[in-house]
Amino acid sequence: MDQFVINLIFVGASFALYIGIAIWARAGSTSDFYAASRGVNPVVNGAATAADWMSAASFISMAGLIAAVGYGNSTFLMGWTGGYVILALLLAPYLRKFGRFTVPDFIGDRFYSQTARLVAVISLLVMSITYVIGQMTGAAVAFSRFLEVDNTTGLFIASAVVFCYAVLGGMKGITYTQLAQYVVLIIAYTIPAVFISLQLTGNPLPQLGLFSTHTASGQPLLQTLNEVLLDLGFNDYTGNHGSTFNMVLFTLSLMIGTAGLPHVIIRFFTVPKVADARTSAGWALVFIALLYTVAPAVGAMARLNIITTLWPQGIEGEPLAFDEKPDWMLNWERTGLLRFEDLNGDGLIQYYNAANPPARAVEEGWEGNEMVLFNNDILVLANPEIANLPGWVIGLIAAGGLAAALSTAAGLLLAISSAVSHDLIKSIINPAISEKSELLAARISMGFAIALATYLGLNPPGFAAQVVALAFGLAAASLFPAIMLGIFSKKMNSAGAIAGMIVGLGSTILYIFTYLGWFFIPGTNMLPNTPDNWLGAGLGIGISPLSFGAVGAALNFITAFVVMKLTAPVPVEIEQLVESIRVPKGAGAAVDH
Amino acid sequence: MSDLSTDAYWKANVRIITICMVIWALVSFGFGIVLRPLLAGIPIGGTDLGFWFAQQGSMLTFIALVFYYRSYMNKLDAKFGVEE
Repeated sequence: MDQFVINLIFVGASFALYIGIAIWARAGSTSDFYAASRGVNPVVNGAATAADWMSAASFISMAGLIAAVGYGNSTFLMGWTGGYVILALLLAPYLRKFGRFTVPDFIGDRFYSQTARLVAVISLLVMSITYVIGQMTGAAVAFSRFLEVDNTTGLFIASAVVFCYAVLGGMKGITYTQLAQYVVLIIAYTIPAVFISLQLTGNPLPQLGLFSTHTASGQPLLQTLNEVLLDLGFNDYTGNHGSTFNMVLFTLSLMIGTAGLPHVIIRFFTVPKVADARTSAGWALVFIALLYTVAPAVGAMARLNIITTLWPQGIEGEPLAFDEKPDWMLNWERTGLLRFEDLNGDGLIQYYNAANPPARAVEEGWEGNEMVLFNNDILVLANPEIANLPGWVIGLIAAGGLAAALSTAAGLLLAISSAVSHDLIKSIINPAISEKSELLAARISMGFAIALATYLGLNPPGFAAQVVALAFGLAAASLFPAIMLGIFSKKMNSAGAIAGMIVGLGSTILYIFTYLGWFFIPGTNMLPNTPDNWLGAGLGIGISPLSFGAVGAALNFITAFVVMKLTAPVPVEIEQLVESIRVPKGAGAAVDH
Repeated sequence: MSDLSTDAYWKANVRIITICMVIWALVSFGFGIVLRPLLAGIPIGGTDLGFWFAQQGSMLTFIALVFYYRSYMNKLDAKFGVEE
C-alpha cells in the first residue's frame, strides 16, 4: 500500500476517535467546562496531564536536541520532569483544596486583590499564547510531511478538530481526548525506539540498550559513539562541554517554569480529592518518564545510525556516495530540513566537523562538511525510515506527532479561554453574569483563542523558538513564586505578592530582551548575546538569558518579603484561608463554592 | 481540629517535603551535574554513573519521591484525622 494512504488511515482514524470522544463528553455546566466536574480518576488525569504537558517540543524536538549535544542537553530531561516533584509536593494538593477553576482565581483570592488577579491573567495570556504558536506550527509540519497537504490546509484541519472537542466538551472533552492522545503518542514513540535498540544492542528496552554493548563493534554503545564523534572532530557525547553553572541554573529554571505553567496546573483541579491530586502527579510523572527515559536512547542511537549510514565502511573507509543516498534522506531533503552539497565535487558525502577537521580532511582536500543542514526536528520523525521499519510505523509516528501537538494546544486553549471568561468577565468585569452566560462566554472565548492560534500558526513570528524560552522564564519568575508564597507564607500580603510578580516578570523580560533584542527584533539587543557579555561573566558565572527564570524567581521572592515588611499586614480571614488550604479535609465541599 | 494539631500536621508535612526536596536536588543538580566528577570512577555502559543519573536515574528517583510522599501523607492525613 502507498505510504501516503497508510498515513492517511492512521491520522484519519485517530481524528475520528477524538471527535467521537468530543460528542460523548459534552459539557453541560461551567464546572464541566473548566474542571470536568472534578470527577476524573487520578490515573486517567495522570495520562491526560502527560499528554497535556508533552508537546510537539517533547515528542518531535527533544531527542534531536539531546542527539546534537549529548550530555549537555540532559538539562531538558531533568528540568522537564523535576518540575513535577515541585508540583506534587509544593503546589498541586493545596491548589486542589482551594477548589477554584483557574490560576488567577487563586492568586486574586489569596492576595485579596483584583490587581494581583490581573497581573496573573496577563502573565498567563502571554505565556500560553506564545506556547500555542509552537504547537500549531508543529502540527502544520507533521501535516505537510506526512499527508502532503500544504501548511495552510493542514492547520485548518487541525484547528477544526480541536474546535470540535474543546468548544463542545471544554475540560471534560479535552481530558478524555488527551487520554486517547497519550496512548497514541506513547505507542508511536516507543515502537521505533524498541526496534532500533534491538537492532543496535539486542536489548528490547531502549533505557537499558543505551548502556548496553553495541553488537556491531562489540563495545559499549556510548563508547563507540564517543569514538566516532572524536574521529570526525566533534565533541564526545558523554562529556560536559559547557558551563556547569549555567547547566544548574537552566535546569532549575525549567523545573520551576514547568511547575508554574497554568495549563498543567489546571489539570489537577479535575480530580475529586486532595489525595488524588498527589496520586495524579505521581502517575503523570510515570507516563511522562515513559517517553523521557526513551528519548536519550533515541537520541544517541539515531546519531550513531546516521553516522554509520554516512560512513558505511567506518571513519577510515570511503564515505557514502551522493547517488547512493537512502530514500529517507531524499524524502527529507524535499522538506528543506536536510541538505547535502558536494563541496569538493568528488561525488562522496564527507560529514565531519569542519571547525576541527581530522588529519585525513587536510590530506584528501575536503572542502567542508557536506551535510550542510540537518534540522534536529527530523530525528524522531525520520527514525522509522532510518531504521528501515515498515510503513505502518511511519503512519503511527505521523499520528503520534499530531497527538502531541494537538493535546497540548487544547490544554493551552482551555487555560486561555478560562482566563478570559472566568477571570476577566466573571471576576472583574461582570460578577453578576449567570452560569449559562458564563458557559457561553467560555465557548466563545475558546473559539476566539483557536482563531488567534490558527492565525499565529499561519503567520508565525520569526522568533517562535526563543519565545518558548520566554514562556518558561515568565512562568518561573511570576506565577510560581506567587503561588508558592500564597501557600507557604501565611503572612504574605497583596502588596508583597504584586510587587514580587512585577519585579520577577519585569526583570526576566528585560534580561531576555537585552540580549535577544526588544520583542526579539534582530539588531535591537543592547548587548551581544555571548557568554563574556552575560551578567556575572566577570565572576566566572555568566547567566545565559535562557537560564534567567530562576534568577527572576529569586528576585520575586526577595522583593515580596521586603515589601511585605513595609506594608499593612495580611487580614485575619486570609490567614484562616491559608490554614484551610493546608489541610485536605473538605475539598469535596469546596467544589460548590 | 484544634490549632495545635494543625500546627503539628503542617510541621510534619514541611519536614517530609524538605527531606524529599533535598533528595530531589541531590540526584539531579548533585549526582547529575555538580558532583558528577566525584562519580567518574564508577563505570556504567561506556560512561559513568553521573551520566546515568542525568539521563535516567534522576527521573526514576523523582517518581519514587512523589509516590513516597503520597503514601507518607495519606498516613499523616489519617493520623491527624484530616483525610477525606
